[in-house]
Amino acid sequence: MKLVIGIVRPDKANDVLEALYRAEVRGISMSRVQGHGGELERVETYRGTRVQMGLSEKVRFEIAVSDEFVQTTIDALCEGAQTGEVGDGKIFVVPLDRAVRIRTGERDHGAVTPVGR
Amino acid sequence: MSFLLAAAPAEVDTGDTAWMLVATALVLLMTIGLGLFYAGLVRAKNTLNTFMMCVAALAVATITWALVGYSLAFDGDGKILGGLGHAAMSGVGFEPRDGTTIPHLVFFAFQATFCIITTALVSGAVVERMRFGPFLVFAALWSVLVYAVMAHWAFGGGWLAQQGTLDFAGGVPVEMGSGFSALAAALVVGARKDYGRQALLPHNTVYCLLGAGLLWFGWFGFNGGSGFSTGDASVLAFVNTLLTPACTLLVWFILDLVRGRQVTAVGAATAIIVGCVAITPAGGFISPIWAMVLGGLAALPCYAVIVWRTRTRVDETLDVLAAHGVAGLFGIVFIGLVAQMSWNDVADGLLYGDAGQLGSQLVAAVAAPAYAFGMTYALLKVIGAVMPLRGSDRDEAVGMDIVHHGEEAYVTGEGAILLNPEAGELEPKPVAQPA
Repeated sequence: MKLVIGIVRPDKANDVLEALYRAEVRGISMSRVQGHGGELERVETYRGTRVQMGLSEKVRFEIAVSDEFVQTTIDALCEGAQTGEVGDGKIFVVPLDRAVRIRTGERDHGAVTPVGR
Repeated sequence: MSFLLAAAPAEVDTGDTAWMLVATALVLLMTIGLGLFYAGLVRAKNTLNTFMMCVAALAVATITWALVGYSLAFDGDGKILGGLGHAAMSGVGFEPRDGTTIPHLVFFAFQATFCIITTALVSGAVVERMRFGPFLVFAALWSVLVYAVMAHWAFGGGWLAQQGTLDFAGGVPVEMGSGFSALAAALVVGARKDYGRQALLPHNTVYCLLGAGLLWFGWFGFNGGSGFSTGDASVLAFVNTLLTPACTLLVWFILDLVRGRQVTAVGAATAIIVGCVAITPAGGFISPIWAMVLGGLAALPCYAVIVWRTRTRVDETLDVLAAHGVAGLFGIVFIGLVAQMSWNDVADGLLYGDAGQLGSQLVAAVAAPAYAFGMTYALLKVIGAVMPLRGSDRDEAVGMDIVHHGEEAYVTGEGAILLNPEAGELEPKPVAQPA
């Protein structure tokens, strides 16, 4: 079991969701985050005050999957989020100790496998 | 409506002037209301750009109007175009405008606010992808080549007015002018890159309702001022501006209920505008009870066009065609049916014995859309040949606010570093580059 964390451009979030859906990856959380990954920083001006925006809007996907689904999930994230320019984001895969489905009490593999599979 | 008051004495009336000064300010507020309405309908990353297109009209259309637009619309009664006698506001002073009892300057300013809002209206077709620079050029040329010309036809004694078309407050130049131009603009500029692929939703429906409310409020000046006096026609138009949108709202609720079993807020905001538009040409010509009928009926074609349009590939983004073009056309034709001499002292419609009036209205209902569509299409093609009308897909993905204005509507300030101009830190520093 792994937790796949994908941090992507907000305007690619829909493409990522679409790719994940096509790859039959179903259990997804998504949040808006601000981050800095080394892209060109942009300068904005508010009433003559110039500021360098150090953080960019990003969307963070968190997807808990069984081991055989890790590569599928990574591929889907890359497919949906890639533009080829700096700022496309990162994927982190971290080990997951436990998972519990609250409704049924199912644990681990059962808990991260979509209902009906 | 100068012919309405042709026999009026050539002296300034203080009451009329006071009202027209207020009405002018009311109409100006509509452009900001429209900006708010439009801004709520787009995605958060395009909020400022969308609003700024309306603000741009305040600058650009006011200047073109003062320099040439007003003169082309209101100098003399040439069939197609006015003269240049009032170019750069020459001869526009304190003496009453012919056929009215208000100073020429006030008449000029009131008409200017119409040109501004109409120019702003067209932007609704191209938001979220048209570049800001080319839009400024387009707005400047459009306000003269389309708006001023059509204003002359309907208001300035041009051929439509001469052949008897009744247009109280701008069904021809304002509503059909903007609506059918919007369709042409959407076709030339093309759809947003995500249109039809992703759900592109309004990001703040409260803005839409607030904007629609401000528009309705301002519309009392728009219609109520179009009699250029405090006389019967103005009073009738003012009251009809209350009645018609109320009926459109209710019918829109019912259509929403039938179609989706829920009444929507964006629908309500749209209905208010549709109602105001429908009564714009008819305001001073039809009885209050017919104005209510007009409101209810106008909802039907506009609702149908909105439903139909979203199923096509035509990304006429904020439905200016449905809300303004179709509603304006409906109002223009409706005058030909139910205008009543006993209410307006000018003409009867078909139901009151004059079928000829309907003919005059139908001529406008064909000519105005054709000219607005054709001229706007050609104008944008020419501008597009000189400069690109839209940015890259990348710009569109990032959002127009950051790309064109260097600002965001909902900036948090987190992670923002103050740049010190003395230290020469004005340029963005690349932290990493692609390998």
